[in-house]
Amino acid sequence: MATPKEAYDIAVIGGGNAALCAAMTAAEAGARVLILETAPKPYRGGNSRHTRNFRCMHSGPLGPLVEAYSEDEYLSDLLKVTGGKTDEHLARLAIRTSEECLPWMEEHGVRFQPSLSGTLSLARTNAFFMGGGKSLVNAYYRTAAGLGVDVLYEAAVTHLELNSDQIEWVDYTYEGQSQRITPKAVIVASGGFQADTDWLTRAWGEPAKNFLIRGTPYNRGVVLSDLLDQGVESVGDPTQCHAVAIDGRAPKFDGGIVTRLDCVPFSIVVNKDAERFYDEGEDVWPKRYAIWGRLVAAQPDQVGYAIIDAKSLNLFMPSVFPPLKADRLDELAGMMDLPAEKLKATVSAFNAACGDISGFHPTELDGVTTSGLIPPKTNWARPITEPPFYGYSLRTGVTFTYLGLKVDETAQCSTPSGKIKNLWAAGETMAGSILGQGYLAGFGMTIGTVFGRIAGREAAAYAN
Amino acid sequence: MQTDLIQEARRQAEICNACRYCEGYCSVFPSLHAERAFSDGDITQLANLCHNCRGCYYACQYTAPHAFDLNLPKALAEVRRDSWERFTWPQPLARRFHTHGGAIALALVVGFALLFWATRAIGSSGGEGFYAVLSHNAMVAIFAPAFLLPLFSIAFSLRRYWAEVNGKPIQMSDLTVALKRAGKMQDLAAGHGEGCNFEDEDRFSQARRHIHHAIMYGFLLCFASTSVATVMHYGFGLHAPYGFWSLPKLFGISGGVLLTLGCGAMALLKQKSDRDLGDPSAWGGDIGFILLLGFVGLSGLVLYALGSTPLMPALLAIHLGSVLTFFLLTPYTKMAHGFYRLAALVRDAQRKRDVSMVR
Repeated sequence: MATPKEAYDIAVIGGGNAALCAAMTAAEAGARVLILETAPKPYRGGNSRHTRNFRCMHSGPLGPLVEAYSEDEYLSDLLKVTGGKTDEHLARLAIRTSEECLPWMEEHGVRFQPSLSGTLSLARTNAFFMGGGKSLVNAYYRTAAGLGVDVLYEAAVTHLELNSDQIEWVDYTYEGQSQRITPKAVIVASGGFQADTDWLTRAWGEPAKNFLIRGTPYNRGVVLSDLLDQGVESVGDPTQCHAVAIDGRAPKFDGGIVTRLDCVPFSIVVNKDAERFYDEGEDVWPKRYAIWGRLVAAQPDQVGYAIIDAKSLNLFMPSVFPPLKADRLDELAGMMDLPAEKLKATVSAFNAACGDISGFHPTELDGVTTSGLIPPKTNWARPITEPPFYGYSLRTGVTFTYLGLKVDETAQCSTPSGKIKNLWAAGETMAGSILGQGYLAGFGMTIGTVFGRIAGREAAAYAN
Repeated sequence: MQTDLIQEARRQAEICNACRYCEGYCSVFPSLHAERAFSDGDITQLANLCHNCRGCYYACQYTAPHAFDLNLPKALAEVRRDSWERFTWPQPLARRFHTHGGAIALALVVGFALLFWATRAIGSSGGEGFYAVLSHNAMVAIFAPAFLLPLFSIAFSLRRYWAEVNGKPIQMSDLTVALKRAGKMQDLAAGHGEGCNFEDEDRFSQARRHIHHAIMYGFLLCFASTSVATVMHYGFGLHAPYGFWSLPKLFGISGGVLLTLGCGAMALLKQKSDRDLGDPSAWGGDIGFILLLGFVGLSGLVLYALGSTPLMPALLAIHLGSVLTFFLLTPYTKMAHGFYRLAALVRDAQRKRDVSMVR
């Protein structure tokens, strides 16, 4: 590194999208910036590595986006999923600023591609990164390096010293040594705490031990907890998170997109007692996938089993693990450790409740519903009769937790006695300010980009 | 068929199919995403569509140390070479030259020796210029079979390829689409047109694409030079040597310069790339082939420059020896990739045509 340790104006904690947007913006404003990324280089980028798009407002065709997506429509989509648990002022700021982000991202090396096959429903609202989030992260690291930003990998921040209204120093370990720097300003962009199973268990109780973490194993909330302990204001509920139902065979960490299962609308989902517990056909999958993580989390042993028959196998995107397959339901039950008689009874009751299926349409709400069944299946309800039968196990996959740092419209952090004059936060670590519950696809990257740029601008203005 | 190579590529393709983030990079992914299960023929087709631009590797969230351990450019490169070796007749030659640069060098020495022997044993029978060293009839007697036999071999191999990838009768539009893509090397440009990831990890660069252009168009110009000369000789009775402002010379010199510079640059560029993102066992054969091709160009230029000096007879034997070796090895070296690539692009054009007809 060319810059001596003591000369940095700004330390950015974290190495994902929000951190990089902050670092580049601050460096362009003339600040000397150091990124402290706790992950080793191959795993740099936090959860951004696993992302694929960002949700973007636009008044007309923009880059890969077709038609228009207004501020009000965007906000109303957000309010639908959060049930109103949203800071509308910050939400509108994120939404309104997203439009100028797209060209800014292109200027900083990100390339977009048309909506992926199988995701056409997002072509108007979400701009897909060519190559996905890791290619975005790669491009940003290259651009940041060109702007003179220094990066330390495997640099784990352990403590920020808060003295009344300012951060005095930053402690981190690097190459086995404890280090201390005293930057003029600090930007925290180090994500949620979902990879710390103990913390998750304190919030959720024992069930949390059965959760899988979809993204980086490095977001353990070390800095978040350090700041909360020192009285920095927080927002959000520790049990709230972005959680989806993913393949139960996924690795504990970092399984990413390929472990998602899109079969639920065409299936019945049962718990370990072979009982159904929710309407699988409530809405189209892009609008429902984010509730199933919590639904499965509420079942015994936090596990579910989706069962389909031969006629539905090709109606959804393939996932990384092939389904279990059997010619008879009791055989499938055996493979999945489900009570065979009970499963047969559940399927029979479901089949008997199915009615006219001639209106079946896999990509629209078709109203092909069960009658007299509790819980009902209100769309795509076709009897499960045609062997071979297929089964997938489902577990709760946590993307990121919402408990985080409370920020204002300048991304600045505070204590109960007022603003902390040199501390800003961006990305998942402050997303709870906007996402009280629920999730809207691509909104995490919008929050990271918008607030990363704001934090970088504000921190640089302070440091200069 | 090395089933372990196909199986590994299939394992990786199934992960890619569940992700799809790389869809915009090249021809491989739209083709891959159109299937739910991959037959051996599908994998062979994907492998030959892949131009090894490496964009997908650097963009991939599942590369080592991740447990999924994806390295699609390498997996497809290995399947690709294995497919060339399987389809080629006779196979033992392919298995040797694709992987061993030394074997190519040895073949080159044999080529020189043959030509020196020919100039001694056959001689001029009273011709002028180069034909004073080796008569026109002798050249034709040597090079006509040396050119045609490899072409037969390749045609035979391509038929096998076509059967394995389930190719359909070819329409003119398939060829046009494929030639356009190949002519621009679009699959080395990434979907955004900024080139591939080769000499500096994830940085996009046009270096490899432009160098490949120099080699490909340089070779085609040299080939055009010989073809034009043949027409002039037999069609119009215009015999070599030709002047500088003649078509054979203009094509030959510009082609030779492009070929020589291109091959030299490619050999250097490859040194900077990560060998483990291609087929590591083909490294020696690839470098050997590039140097051979570059030598054909260079020796041609030197022969032109020193054609009126006493060195000419030796230079002629060296140049013709390298040309002979190059022709004879065409089915068994990296040179074969051009034919398979084109076939794969034609097959892909057919696939897209089918899709658009269904829509």
